[in-house]
Amino acid sequence: MASLLHQIQHQSVTIPAALPLDSGQSLPSVTIAWQSYGALDPDRSNAVLICHALTGDQYVASDHPATGKPGWWARMVGPGKPIDTDRFHVICANVLGSCMGSSGPATPDAATGAPLGMAFPVITIADMVRAQAMLLDHLGIERLHAVIGGSMGGMQTLAWAASYPERLRSAIVIASAARHSAQNIAFHEVGRQAIMADPDWQGGQYYGSARAPTKGLAVARMAAHITYLSEEGLTEKFGRRLQARDIKSFGFDADFQIESYLRHQGLAFTDRFDANAYLYITRAMDYFDLAEPHDGRLAGALANAKDVRFTLVSFDTDWLYPTAESRRIVQALHSVGAAASFVELSAPFGHDSFLLDVPALDRIVAGALGAGW
Amino acid sequence: MSALRPDLRIIADAIPAGVRALDIGCGDGALMAELRAGKQIDARGLEIDAAAIEAAMAQGLSVVQGDANRDLADYPDDAFDYAILSQTLQTTERPDRVVGELLRIAPRAFVSFPNFAHWRVRLSLLWTGRMPVTRLLPVAWYETPNIHHVTVRDFRELLREKGIRVEGAWYLSGDKPTSAAAASWRAEHAIFLIARG
Repeated sequence: MASLLHQIQHQSVTIPAALPLDSGQSLPSVTIAWQSYGALDPDRSNAVLICHALTGDQYVASDHPATGKPGWWARMVGPGKPIDTDRFHVICANVLGSCMGSSGPATPDAATGAPLGMAFPVITIADMVRAQAMLLDHLGIERLHAVIGGSMGGMQTLAWAASYPERLRSAIVIASAARHSAQNIAFHEVGRQAIMADPDWQGGQYYGSARAPTKGLAVARMAAHITYLSEEGLTEKFGRRLQARDIKSFGFDADFQIESYLRHQGLAFTDRFDANAYLYITRAMDYFDLAEPHDGRLAGALANAKDVRFTLVSFDTDWLYPTAESRRIVQALHSVGAAASFVELSAPFGHDSFLLDVPALDRIVAGALGAGW
Repeated sequence: MSALRPDLRIIADAIPAGVRALDIGCGDGALMAELRAGKQIDARGLEIDAAAIEAAMAQGLSVVQGDANRDLADYPDDAFDYAILSQTLQTTERPDRVVGELLRIAPRAFVSFPNFAHWRVRLSLLWTGRMPVTRLLPVAWYETPNIHHVTVRDFRELLREKGIRVEGAWYLSGDKPTSAAAASWRAEHAIFLIARG
């Protein structure tokens, strides 16, 4: 599947400048794939950067080229929508390390032409943001009206505020955290081990072969998918109901609807995502701790961002990035004196609430973007 | 913004332009919006109710969800020039400590509250022997959020004990001002501007 995925053509630019990475390594050049919506004002002041989540992509509001499904935030982005493309020039770049056209493990080695695989350097959230800043330089956009993201997109948004506070007016961070907790890392490690335990992974050099670690990647997705939902939501949607049968099979088929659902989610994921990209991006998230370079003081990381207007939203059923993590960010913003808004919204969908129908979120995002004064 | 509650109107008129202000218990941000429009004040808000916060955030106001009983501790000393606590003091667990927190966060604070010694309240208690349910305090004793009823004289006494200065005081009977001398009886609402002693 990975080979099909990598045959898709994406709008991209290859910037010939070196990209220094947190690991100490550097990329000699960087390719960034992106999509944009809405017109850029002549004074280039209406650009909004959307940062996508772990398994997201740049196709925010356009059909996915592999699956044909509508963009992952089509309900939020478009003409007259909360992120209004009649007003804003909306940009979303595929993150570094991903598999939708930006530099990542499937990128060919400059010398051999073979995909780098695990020779691609480990990257961080800050590296992703550095690459996005290079894209904006290339596009001639000096300052953003806003940076916005949910989950890993929220981490990038925070990293933007920490690294380039002068380049954004407003930061909107949804269902996110300023660091990955032990529990977050633990779930990711389960996913990575599932991929690497798949014999078809072949040490990451599967691109040229007929086999790809789709089973391992599907299991990784199944485990992760559980963390995106709430127990209440799962119970309501599936309960203990059986799948297309009246009695238990006394075997290991997908007897329960939840099993069938997860198997489907896992398998469908392998059509649109690359296993190595999953390894690299989950690693980047695990390494994320905005306060770490500042002796654990989050306020230190955000000290220069006091003129950025922050909006934070958490969801009461999100146990992956719980409200306490957003509150920790709010406290840091209080101590640097930045304008901060924060609310915990009630929604039944767990972590995935930021992608789903939560009208209160729409109003808050529209308000945060529209507040011009 | 003409519909601003009378005690908020007084605060909006009295606060100097361009200062840093924190509105605690800001509700849907009516005062903050007025301060932004009329006084060029980029006010910050603290509010417990999610629906009210959402309404404030939808206007682009900076409001954080939190509880005045606990979350004032998250603000550094002197983070603001003015703290505003309107119609909230009587709902807090320890109003004395909240007042202390206000004057830690800012050198000055506006505090407004319903006066429990208003003659209507006094008469109601005297005649019926039951906790008053008045137009200002319309909720029965068992469901009222007002767990620490306070009078004008109580508040003045608290300030005296804590060595807090009063820089201004306004008293309202209905929507109309009433004199300080008769405030204990006649004021339904009191608004104090207090400062560190």
